[in-house]
Amino acid sequence: MRADLELIYDWVPAGAHILDLGCGDGTLLDTLGQRKGVTGYGLEIDPAGLAACLRRGVNVIEQNLDDGLGNFDDDAFDVVVMTQALQALRRPDSMLVEMLRVAPECIIAFPNFAFWKHRLHLSLRGRMPVSRSLPHAWYDTPNIHLSTFRDFANLCREKGVRIADEAVGSADHQPHWTSRRWPNLFGETAIFRVCRGR
Amino acid sequence: MSASFPPDSVGLVTPQTATFETPLPLACGKTLARFELVYETYGTLNAERSNAVLICHALSGHHHAAGYHGADERKPGWWDAYIGPGKVIDTDRFFVVSLNNLGGCHGSTGPGSVNPETGRLWGPTFPVLTVADWVHSQARLADHLGINRFAAVVGGSLGGMQALQWTIAYPERVANAVVIAATPRLSAQNIAFNEVARQAIRSDPDFFDGWYAEREAIPKLGLKLARMIGHITYLSEHSMGSRFGRDLRSDQLNFGYDVEFQVESYLRHQGDTFSTRFDANTYLLMTKALDYFDPAGQHDGNLAAALAPVACPYLVISFTTDWRFAPARSRELVDALLRAGKAVSYVNVDSPHGHDAFLLPNDHYQAVFGSFMQRVYADICGESR
Repeated sequence: MRADLELIYDWVPAGAHILDLGCGDGTLLDTLGQRKGVTGYGLEIDPAGLAACLRRGVNVIEQNLDDGLGNFDDDAFDVVVMTQALQALRRPDSMLVEMLRVAPECIIAFPNFAFWKHRLHLSLRGRMPVSRSLPHAWYDTPNIHLSTFRDFANLCREKGVRIADEAVGSADHQPHWTSRRWPNLFGETAIFRVCRGR
Repeated sequence: MSASFPPDSVGLVTPQTATFETPLPLACGKTLARFELVYETYGTLNAERSNAVLICHALSGHHHAAGYHGADERKPGWWDAYIGPGKVIDTDRFFVVSLNNLGGCHGSTGPGSVNPETGRLWGPTFPVLTVADWVHSQARLADHLGINRFAAVVGGSLGGMQALQWTIAYPERVANAVVIAATPRLSAQNIAFNEVARQAIRSDPDFFDGWYAEREAIPKLGLKLARMIGHITYLSEHSMGSRFGRDLRSDQLNFGYDVEFQVESYLRHQGDTFSTRFDANTYLLMTKALDYFDPAGQHDGNLAAALAPVACPYLVISFTTDWRFAPARSRELVDALLRAGKAVSYVNVDSPHGHDAFLLPNDHYQAVFGSFMQRVYADICGESR
């Protein structure tokens, strides 16, 4: 399993009912289901991802995240997970509020635009960075709302969202000491666990 | 004579008839003292009797879902694209059961059968049926075949409604449900189309209030019109446009009412063919069953409450250009299943072919449907180990 998913795996309590936004091939839900008795649904729009989920027996709903989560009741889940999708949403701020409506706790992982390599790329070359975590050119990228570790923390503060846990990973998503001391500079992937209330 | 069929075809098949002597109470209050169902099976039932898949047919469908009835049969069964060795519903793995519903006109007891009480054809006096009645009669067929639980109950359109009803009426007898291009209840627009079709049939001078068979007449014009309007709703504007456009049959406009456009010719041909092979009373019955279907109706319109008994995983599939049972109708079912906390997956397949897409080959449709059926089979293997 991808290292950022490993961390999320640890953060999801056993037996939880979860919603995985942009669940890809269903690896996380499948693993959580088999090893920790977690139940729930994944939302996905990628055709290959949908078929892969069905082959695994993961419940997957074809649903565009930009259409919101209106089909889910308040507190329908224990945890909402979203990895590598926040930056592709039309309104990540409203999604954060929506996620915390359907569950009291959310885990969100996204590429940290303030990662030092991105900063270097932009400052030395004067061009939008292209990297392992941001592999697209500026004109064809699905990532329309790039943010930094610190930006997201600020958004949480503005929305009255409490940050319960935070972590950053390097290119292979392994946490390392530099990122813990200067997360905004050294973390390539930012992972937050957030709850309602300050 | 040795016939050669494609290697992924179930090949030559022979319909069978099951007779049921135990009375079947119907939703309308009447009871059928006895009835017959015509069905076909493909593949082999395993020792555990756990690999049976029930195929429910749509409005004008019947038991002949796959394979050929003879070497000279031009077209295979109606869902041959999805049933056969190595296909999505793999007959090397599953034992597939497909039947002609009660009230049908392809061998099962219906308006064209003799009413044992009167010795006369049932005709228009055949009881009006509901989807629930069909499901109860199908459960009798399952008993007859020694199938306690289906690995999957599968259906498109009206067949999808039957699959849905199965999971409510007999949750312990369904391990998986696949509901394709269906709806948990018809919209007013859907009912309106059905009513136009019924009126076309009933106003045909050869209808004789449904007693046409005794007079050796067939309300062909009515059936033709009914099928023409139905057919328009099964295709998308795009599929009709790309197939016929505004092409004329001759080079010029004739300023008359004969066939001028290719699409007119096509619709008339479809209607004519249908009017010779389908029974008018059956068409009326089947459209009524469609109109009546509304499992939420007994729960103050709360579909999630109606789905409370459901005990199996669902796969719901819709098609982007289907406007007869639009994707939003499938979403109603999916959202209710989510609210009821049931295991459900949903895919909206991109297709230009409208409602008919559920019968046609499509890579993405085959991939998602096939992936789900692989899982169904894996579960069977896991259980029997």
